Amino acid sequence: MIPSPPTPRPRRRPGLRRALEWVFAGGTGALAVLSALVFVAILAVMVHNSYPTILHYGPGFITGTVWDPVTDVYTGAYPFILGTLVTSAIALLLGVPISLGIAIFLSERVRGWIATTAAAGVELLAAIPSVVYGLWAFVVLVPFMRTSVEPALHTWLGGVPGLGTLFPATHSGTDVLTAGIILSVMLIPTVSAVSRESMAQVPGAQREAALALGATHWETTRTAVLPYARTGILGAIILGLGRALGETMAVLMTIGNSDAVPTSLFSQGQSIASAIANEFTNASPKEASALVEAAVLLMGITVLVNVIARLMVRGLFRAPEVRA
Amino acid sequence: MPGTVSIRRRVTDWTTYVLCLACVVFAIGILVIIVSSSVQHALPAFQGSGVGLFTRAEPLPCSYAPGGIPCNDFGGIEPVLEGTFYLMVLASAIAIPIGVLAGVFLSEYGRNPLGRTLSFLVDVLAGVPSIVVGLFIFSVVLWWQPTIVYSVISGGLALAVIMLPVVVRTTEESLKLVPQSTREAALALGIPRYRSILQIILPNGAGALVTGALLAVARAGGESAPLLLLELQPRIGFTGWTHSIVPIPLLVYLWGFTEPNANWQADAWAAAVTLIGIMLALSLCARFLLKRRLPGSGM
Repeated sequence: MIPSPPTPRPRRRPGLRRALEWVFAGGTGALAVLSALVFVAILAVMVHNSYPTILHYGPGFITGTVWDPVTDVYTGAYPFILGTLVTSAIALLLGVPISLGIAIFLSERVRGWIATTAAAGVELLAAIPSVVYGLWAFVVLVPFMRTSVEPALHTWLGGVPGLGTLFPATHSGTDVLTAGIILSVMLIPTVSAVSRESMAQVPGAQREAALALGATHWETTRTAVLPYARTGILGAIILGLGRALGETMAVLMTIGNSDAVPTSLFSQGQSIASAIANEFTNASPKEASALVEAAVLLMGITVLVNVIARLMVRGLFRAPEVRA
Repeated sequence: MPGTVSIRRRVTDWTTYVLCLACVVFAIGILVIIVSSSVQHALPAFQGSGVGLFTRAEPLPCSYAPGGIPCNDFGGIEPVLEGTFYLMVLASAIAIPIGVLAGVFLSEYGRNPLGRTLSFLVDVLAGVPSIVVGLFIFSVVLWWQPTIVYSVISGGLALAVIMLPVVVRTTEESLKLVPQSTREAALALGIPRYRSILQIILPNGAGALVTGALLAVARAGGESAPLLLLELQPRIGFTGWTHSIVPIPLLVYLWGFTEPNANWQADAWAAAVTLIGIMLALSLCARFLLKRRLPGSGM
């Protein structure tokens, strides 16, 4: 005998139920639209606030080299743009090989608790706030660069024709190179974690096939894993670039904050982000508008870089839709 | 058959192993160096103030104090703990409810072009540099209420904008992990969709939601760039929502970078160590929750 089901509770009126459905969907939808609109609002406000500068300078803003708060003359943000690009380039140059080494080691060469623990250790680098990186770099790294690394670089490379001008005899430790180095450390956790994730997506059969053909572990990584994970790794690098371009505090505390165009790796300079942090509070209206235009440029570059990166790593973090 | 692999290939294999291992050692070494040198620089403050470091107001070095004013060389960082607390409470109160509900929409009703567009824009928002968010909030508050440009409210708004995309995206992604069959089962029982979301789908993804919130708090709690534009520096304790306030990371910058007095610098390092401690704890919690969630989530 099947026991008879308990009498169902009387149902709510269908009209009320439909109304509640609409209120819930509409309410959450409105909040989703609001979240998305924040970006549009940021873009609109920034462009609006720098409109006088944009009209006044036009595209020349990117190439103009004079930025002088003392006489209140600004022809362009070239020094900051250069500072941003050079520090990020150094960061990628130094940080990416190390990150890839970490990713390869943790994904291909070790297993078990060593891999998990080491991965957790590397990820903890991401838990250190950027201002602490900045303070550490300012107090520990800068003197080390000034007394040891930069004199050595000058001795080794200063005499090389062409390249030598990048490593002059005068150096202070607070410069473009130091900022690039601290940025390179800061992008290691991001780049290594995302690359490792994309290597983990490579099917095991791919590796087994290479091993079965007699390849060593390194040959397996090089021929079977890296080509397969290429897009994800490139995405990881670009994601790291996005982080380096927009970083403020660590750069502000190491780059020397000079408005002149950097001429060597030992030149003091300024990135767009550090210039805003350094000068906005005391800026004249004219400078403020120019700084906001520089911010629009920075935002344009980082957003573009992030969009490209996310398109490349898409699917990595998107869980497969489980269907019954 | 060891003889079948040539020496050259074995050496290459071994060299790459060592190089990759060296990269891991380098990264973990940097972590250890940064943490240990922070602790070392903070030692004078810990020794000078003891536990009082977390309960006392900022130091007023006796070499600075004009005659008659009570001075102390070893103060504390209590005002900035307040600063971080109030800013994070405000930012979380704004960003977490909005973010979770927006994430619910994107996961449950957003599998269409509109949802994908909104999701994309939120992703883009996550890529906006924090200093630009600071400029944006500065402009908006200047236009809305010029008197509270430098206040807990403006700082909290900026941190909320930084937290928002993290909360939305982690909510969306973690709810998408709830099996479709669960949704279908709820609907088949005749439960209204909004109730199935609130009572079945959200509890299913709850662990992940908490992880997302923790990650967002960790990201905003370490942030100082936008607050450089939104908080006036002299006043550092909480005196009201419309007054300026200094959180832990901003103090690390102000006293560590711009302040020549050694006692204040030691306090900056103590603040840095406190901040690292909070961040490591948050990230370990998030990691623990994530690990616990995975086995049961049907992945």
